[in-house]
Amino acid sequence: MTTVAEAATGGEGTATPYALSHLDALESEAVHIFREVAGEFENPVILFSGGKDSIVMLHLALKAFAPAAVPFSLLHVDTGHNFPEVLEYRDRVVAAHGLRLHVASVQDYIDRGVLKERPDGTRNPLQTLPLTEKIQSEKFDAVFGGGRRDEEKARAKERVFSLRDEFSQWDPRRQRPELWNLYNGRHAPGEHVRVFPLSNWTELDVWQYIAREGIELPQIYFAHEREVFARNGMWLTAGEWGGPKDGETVEKRQVRYRTVGDMSCTGAVDSDAATLDAVIAEIAASRLTERGATRADDKLSEAAMEDRKREGYF
Amino acid sequence: MSTTTTEALSATTLLRFATAGSVDDGKSTLVGRLLHDSKSVLVDQLEAVERASASRGQDAPDLALLTDGLRAEREQGITIDVAYRYFATPRRRFILADTPGHVQYTRNMVTGASTAELTVILVDARNGVVEQTRRHAAIAALLRVPHVVLAVNKMDLVGYAEKVFAAIAEEFTAYATELGVPEVTAIPISALAGDNVVEPSANMDWYGGPTVLEHLETVPVSHDLAHCHARLPVQYVIRPQTSEHPDYRGYAGQIAAGSFRVGESVTVLPSGRTSTISGIDLLGKPVDIAWTTQSVTIRLADDIDISRGDLIVPTKDAPATTQDVEATVCHVADEPLRVGHRVLLKHGTRTVKAIVKDIPSRLTLDDLSLHPHPGQLVANDIGRVKIRTAEPLPVDSYADSRRTGSFILIDPSDGTTLTAGMVGESFASPEPVKDQADEDGWDF
Repeated sequence: MTTVAEAATGGEGTATPYALSHLDALESEAVHIFREVAGEFENPVILFSGGKDSIVMLHLALKAFAPAAVPFSLLHVDTGHNFPEVLEYRDRVVAAHGLRLHVASVQDYIDRGVLKERPDGTRNPLQTLPLTEKIQSEKFDAVFGGGRRDEEKARAKERVFSLRDEFSQWDPRRQRPELWNLYNGRHAPGEHVRVFPLSNWTELDVWQYIAREGIELPQIYFAHEREVFARNGMWLTAGEWGGPKDGETVEKRQVRYRTVGDMSCTGAVDSDAATLDAVIAEIAASRLTERGATRADDKLSEAAMEDRKREGYF
Repeated sequence: MSTTTTEALSATTLLRFATAGSVDDGKSTLVGRLLHDSKSVLVDQLEAVERASASRGQDAPDLALLTDGLRAEREQGITIDVAYRYFATPRRRFILADTPGHVQYTRNMVTGASTAELTVILVDARNGVVEQTRRHAAIAALLRVPHVVLAVNKMDLVGYAEKVFAAIAEEFTAYATELGVPEVTAIPISALAGDNVVEPSANMDWYGGPTVLEHLETVPVSHDLAHCHARLPVQYVIRPQTSEHPDYRGYAGQIAAGSFRVGESVTVLPSGRTSTISGIDLLGKPVDIAWTTQSVTIRLADDIDISRGDLIVPTKDAPATTQDVEATVCHVADEPLRVGHRVLLKHGTRTVKAIVKDIPSRLTLDDLSLHPHPGQLVANDIGRVKIRTAEPLPVDSYADSRRTGSFILIDPSDGTTLTAGMVGESFASPEPVKDQADEDGWDF
């Protein structure tokens, strides 16, 4: 039956009881992805930073295999400039679920003279080498990342199962088409697959899911008083990592973080959102993307993310 | 925001849709407008586009830069791959598979359409239904996208004339119906001027239907479970073997079609063993019934041998198993697919060895004619294939089930995804009538 411009029938399209809510649909899809990896790979690992996306990933993995344990270990790339609250959270979660945590340490590489501190102080680009060497030395064949396609336009092109060569490089022109939900995890020895179970989630989805599931987060995601200083239009936390410099002054402000990463390049936003509901309301009304608001390194160049991903960054 | 608002927000449904359009039909403008008017383009993204446009010496922000994410795309001003975009209204969440319009990217439209519940096909009101439009309709029909929207764009350039729109809508609808497209909604729009995209057009009061966004918000997305064969591909066997759960043995998977109930008699394929569902766990919570696209864990009353790759189905509604699969395929790899090719076939959660026995025909999307025995399929070709598998597979017809009627072929040597397959009859299924030589080469 075809008509020209007939008004859609069925009203809201949510009339039947068998339509999943968007959060249920995203959750089910992510669980399917975790189980595919568990079924097809020998040695998968979840990248876990203690940030909200990796926390949601872990929560989904716990649900996917309940009542059994998560069949993956965790890997944290520690920049050496992490927020202490986040490291404390990380260790508490690992202990609570009896998980195995691998740590790749940027500070180690700097101490050994393999990596050099950058003049701008940011350690984000320095994470790539410790990450990729750890993947090689532990022979991880699937590496879960919390990346979402809504974050950045290079990520909008990223597959759910994304092949990385033996140098962990991403080649956007060599990506496999992804059809239906038939993920292809084939890879040669030395290669691995990056897996993004949250590909189809947006920042708001992540927050709504955290609220629905009652997932605990590190407190820096909620409004609190903090000593910060302004650099490149962002509020950075003062600390031993190297800020403030001459001419930058520290002040006490009520802020919260939208993302959690290296202290040297992750900015806080002014906020009085102290609860999940307040955070969700704030994000829904925000006119800035999460990266635009809080990440200095993405502004380095138009293709900053693509370039870092090509090298093996997550 | 109150808790009730939060709950209302999270209870919205999700619509996956794809766009298709020729290079200059205004697809980017339509996508840009949907993103922009739903507040999904934020200030810093617009600023980035303005910066980039200015550095290229362009006078106005080039909105195509919002969607062209890769270096090569920006350098060449083309879109080389499917990208996924996200936007939301208070009524629904949207995942948009933004597929390039070039004919050589048929595989990208197939990729986008494989997960879409709706396809928006754009035509230029000045040109009407062209070859490319017919290709897009054919792919939507082949992939069995349930809803097709014909967006007749650039109505501002034809004086917003109802006659122009009606003629195009009628021609397209007749063509799509012949292909078996179940539902066509035609909407006259101007993506540039904003007519009937988000806001109803003041220039076309003769049009009484929904705007594009309104239609996207209200089109039904759920399935009629009563007419679906229930299917659960087993992904993983969950066995905690802990003191708390010493005997738990659950078969985890995402329900591919239909629904399952506790107490139901089920058969496990390909072995054919039967049992009864003793419990269903929905991510840790026991339920009596579960339905399609829910990820669940099913427990059975009998301890039978089940592993990843098996398919659990109702005993009264089990598909036949076969080692001879006939399908319509779209070849997606650069290396051709040839008769005699040894491949891997992934169907559901099972991957088996297979061999391409025959390629009886190749479809010409322009006029839907069939070239007999093309010998091989090259990238972007659509054709019929006969495949022999090393083990029996419980396949459904793609017409009955998009998930258990689909498969991919994989190159065993390097893991390349070669081909997307749809089992059973389709509009492309009849054997070619005339056995003409293939001397005129590839025609798309």
